[in-house]
Amino acid sequence: MLEAAWLIPVLPFLAFWLIIFFGRRLPGEGAYVAIGAMVVDALWSVVILVQSLGGRTYEANLVWAVTGGRAVEIGYQIDPLTAVMLNVVTVVGSLIFIYSIGYMHGDPRYPRFFAYMSLFAASMLTLVLANNLLLLYIGWEGVGLCSYLLIGFWFERPAAARASMKAFVTTRVGDLFMFVGILLLFFTVGSLDFGAIFEAVESGTLAGATLTLAALLLFGGAVGKSAQIPLHVWLPDAMEGPTPVSALIHAATMVAAGVYLVARSYLLFFASPDHGALTVVAYIGGATALMAATIGIVQTDIKRVMAYSTISQLGYMMMGLGVLGYTAGVFHLMTHAFFKALLFLAAGSVIHAMHTNDMKEMGGLSRVMPRTYWTMVVGSLALAGVPPFAGFWSKDEILLEAFHHNPVLFWIGLAGAFITAFYIFRMIFLTFGGRLRSAAHPHESPAVMTVPLLILAGFSAVVGFAGAPWWGNPFHQFVSFEAAETVPFDPTLALISTIVALAGIFTAAAVYHWKWIPSESLRRAAGPLYALLVHKYYWDELYQWTVVRPLLWMARRLRTFDLYVIDGAVNAVGLIFVWLARLYRVFDLYVVDGAVNLVGWVTKAAGGVLRYAQTGAPQNYLLVIALGVILLVVGGIIR
Amino acid sequence: MAVGLTHYLVISTILFCLGLFGVLTRRNAVAILMGIELMLNAGNINLVAFNRYVAPGAVSGQVFALVVITLAACEAAVGLALVMAAYRGLETIHVDEINLMKW
Repeated sequence: MLEAAWLIPVLPFLAFWLIIFFGRRLPGEGAYVAIGAMVVDALWSVVILVQSLGGRTYEANLVWAVTGGRAVEIGYQIDPLTAVMLNVVTVVGSLIFIYSIGYMHGDPRYPRFFAYMSLFAASMLTLVLANNLLLLYIGWEGVGLCSYLLIGFWFERPAAARASMKAFVTTRVGDLFMFVGILLLFFTVGSLDFGAIFEAVESGTLAGATLTLAALLLFGGAVGKSAQIPLHVWLPDAMEGPTPVSALIHAATMVAAGVYLVARSYLLFFASPDHGALTVVAYIGGATALMAATIGIVQTDIKRVMAYSTISQLGYMMMGLGVLGYTAGVFHLMTHAFFKALLFLAAGSVIHAMHTNDMKEMGGLSRVMPRTYWTMVVGSLALAGVPPFAGFWSKDEILLEAFHHNPVLFWIGLAGAFITAFYIFRMIFLTFGGRLRSAAHPHESPAVMTVPLLILAGFSAVVGFAGAPWWGNPFHQFVSFEAAETVPFDPTLALISTIVALAGIFTAAAVYHWKWIPSESLRRAAGPLYALLVHKYYWDELYQWTVVRPLLWMARRLRTFDLYVIDGAVNAVGLIFVWLARLYRVFDLYVVDGAVNLVGWVTKAAGGVLRYAQTGAPQNYLLVIALGVILLVVGGIIR
Repeated sequence: MAVGLTHYLVISTILFCLGLFGVLTRRNAVAILMGIELMLNAGNINLVAFNRYVAPGAVSGQVFALVVITLAACEAAVGLALVMAAYRGLETIHVDEINLMKW
């Protein structure tokens, strides 16, 4: 099964073309084709995971192009990291595809949705399987394209169209850095293969400032894709897309691609002098984790809470990787994919019932939507980090690594954990607790939506045990980075993080459930801070003033230049030729045409005179002929 | 006075001139055809005379005269048919009244 693993991305790719061309004529209007491809991939991935757990790895290469003396190879590899990512993408993806049948039901572009989702899956799987930066970059841009297409899926809404463009342009900034990084690596190492690059690092060909620079440039791509500070602004707006898209692309898989990139090229970061690149990763991750979590407190749009939560959790993953917790970061990536997909799908179920994203209009939904409610509670507990749910194990590991390698980040992470528990349970209480605050008539979603929720809830509950210490921490033994040894499980820290999570939940309950402290008075007490959070730390305004406005100003100036100087020159040339043409016209009209007409006129005049000689009587002509002959004869005789 | 080649040629010339005069002056198309016949026969006299006096052994002049006679018969047939057709279409055989070629 490993040898033919290149077929895994090909299946959804074929599904994409089938659905694009045949659409509504396919079974389930294309949905069954897309789901079929994903489910086959998921089963295949499970087989690969089992084989990979048995210690098997595989790598294959193909020469793609030869440029000068250097052959550019593309290929794929299967190692533990790839096996884990394959399962995350295909298993979560399959469930989200099935859920989409219910959520997208009746959409006018229903088949196209599944086509784009299949294309996304194909790109993501390419990215995951790649053993070189070239193929990875192809997949990377592919998922970026699909993200753009799917955020703007309801492009009739101006907000969605704007959000898709913002996402595309913002990630492009990061991708530019990544591209330069890839070129730098190719220039220095002469190959884009991860194996060759790591060999160069180990042999010292690639070292020092160049190495740090290359690593940081690659990280630039990850910052854009994984919505880290300062390029995080696109992800909240990306919530304009359909909710399954948010779940698959903007929570579980694509945004994790940045984390995956750092994990995949971890040696570059690790080997940079004094772990310089890793420190940058860690601080950016930590800052993102805390900042996004605090913004999440004040959001009223249920999906935006999730979006900021995702940014924050991605920050945790980056922080985990940055503080030498390679396994912890990847582990959190995996658990997060399950519970955040669950949370998004549950939020989608709520939106499906309420036809609004605004939590102020919700409330009391636990009675009408019990399945959604309970699955969402499971997801929230996992996110908050309450044992034994998945998020606890992975987040605890990250905090543990931070505690041992960077205490500052440990405290930031702990504060973030408290806030995480607070905002997610604020969301739960606002949505499901109390009474309904609008005139809507919500109802539980159909089984095609709730069954994936239940399955994901099951995963969110148990998948964390893969990193549980009493079984010898199997995940660590499977996915690990030799040089960065894992810190052993620490019950004290686990207790602290559990207490912090429970404290967060308790505070949320105190404010939003029991209402001991009314939220209005809190808001008034923290006036300036509240304003700061509501305006999302003024990031959008900052970009508005530093990037958008100067750019528009420049563009207007350039437009003026274009209009008056360049267009002026073009118009001047045009005018000159028009005048020249008029001159030539006069010449043509009076000289050339005159000559031609003169010939015609002379001929006509001659004809007019000579026609009187033509009597039309043959006898006249004969007479002339006879006289002529006589003349000739006489003339001949006389001479 | 022995009759020689010159006499024949004079006769032939007179005949030709009479024919030409007829062709040029007659208004009746049939008369014009008759003029043409006269001119052809003048030519025939020439041919035969030259054959008799210049190259007595040869027969080509006589043969050529026979061809011309045949041709004259054909021409008379075609010419008279044309005259008939003209008369039917235009109800006249006076050539000065048939001036369709005039501009």
